[in-house]
Amino acid sequence: MADEVILLDFWASMFGIRVRIALAEKGVKYEYKEQDLFNKSPLLLRMNPVHKKIPVLIHNGKSVCESSIIVQYIDEVWKDKAPLLPYDPYQRAQARFWVDFIDKKMYDTSRKTWATKGEEQEAAKKEFIEVLKTLGGELGDKPFFGGDNFGYVDLCLIPYYCWFYSYETFGKFSVEAECPKFIAWVTRCLQRETVAKALPDEKKVFEFVSVLREKIRVE
Amino acid sequence: MAEEVKLLKTWSSPFGLRAFWILKLKGVQFDFIDEDLSNKSPLLLQSNPVYKKVPVLIHNGKPISESLVILEYVDETWKQNPLLPEDPYERARARFWAKFGDDKVLASIWNAFIKQGKEQEEAIGLAIETLKFLEEELKGKRFFGGEKIGLPDLALGWLANLIGVFEEVIGVKLIEKERFPLLSAWMQEFAEAPVIKESWPPHEKLVTKFRAIREPYVAAAAQPK
Repeated sequence: MADEVILLDFWASMFGIRVRIALAEKGVKYEYKEQDLFNKSPLLLRMNPVHKKIPVLIHNGKSVCESSIIVQYIDEVWKDKAPLLPYDPYQRAQARFWVDFIDKKMYDTSRKTWATKGEEQEAAKKEFIEVLKTLGGELGDKPFFGGDNFGYVDLCLIPYYCWFYSYETFGKFSVEAECPKFIAWVTRCLQRETVAKALPDEKKVFEFVSVLREKIRVE
Repeated sequence: MAEEVKLLKTWSSPFGLRAFWILKLKGVQFDFIDEDLSNKSPLLLQSNPVYKKVPVLIHNGKPISESLVILEYVDETWKQNPLLPEDPYERARARFWAKFGDDKVLASIWNAFIKQGKEQEEAIGLAIETLKFLEEELKGKRFFGGEKIGLPDLALGWLANLIGVFEEVIGVKLIEKERFPLLSAWMQEFAEAPVIKESWPPHEKLVTKFRAIREPYVAAAAQPK
């Protein structure tokens, strides 16, 4: 029986991009359904009644929610190709720890770099740079967080990159100036076709963030 | 080579308790240290430099932090009495409910606990809405893990004990039997399960501790604005 795989997603979502990269790494054919987050579809509400959020993966009619959980699911179902999590339980635990760190720290801090102003924005910038430096420390001299190979942590972090231009422009700072090693890692990830294809254009994201800022009346 | 398993926790931390439970349920030999968080040990600071928090599991000298990460690590390393099912879809569901517990249930209950006046009423309303999802999920099941205790049960297990403590301190019932029959039954069954029932921190000590934690919030709300 052929697999039916549907992804409910939003083009600019860094969480949705994770799932798109994972599916591409595994060579899974799927139907992409763009969602209007300001007018949520009955399908989305039915498939994710608890959070009503994207991404949602619908595999043969059954829904999987929460991006880090979806990526692990994809890794376990399509296990014959391109392993995303390491084999060793200790390495797996470290990978899960860092994805959890990213989930706890990146979103809220990065959002404040464009969604706030004045002192709050300054504090957010400092914290965001600290988060990147902590991640840089974990990366060390390895080519990827996964070691020699692109893996779970890399996949979960790289989608934020298409938002960096927006953070830097509205927040008036440069990631490259503050964390050059981090940008070196970004460049390596972007050499991967699955990543390059999945990330939307940062200028389009910037236009979108500009609209969002207006909606929430930042200035 | 002999296994060396050490758990850094505190006497009261529900997160530390999860790690304690899984090690006991699997029959793993381990030592534990109850940390004093006002005076963190060098071992703790060195083993969890990112957060400096408990619990930390140290297995043959290698540290693992974050309780849900620890649960999965233990489940993968000691394969007896598995807590996660084999099927990837069921595994995803188990992880979803464990995460829901930490992201939404814990936060909403904590707000109901610390907020005062009108804000508390709203926080209680939100907590009840969140708990309804758990009630729904328990339909037709004895535990969140199905017939036996699984990952989401260990993740949500703090409810079975701390809810009573919070309710006593704030003088409001959060989980009423009439409104939450399945959740109430689960709380009781989980609380009395082997291994779990021997591990609960002393009730009165918890009440004293959480009453003290709540004090500054009560005092702040009583200040004239």
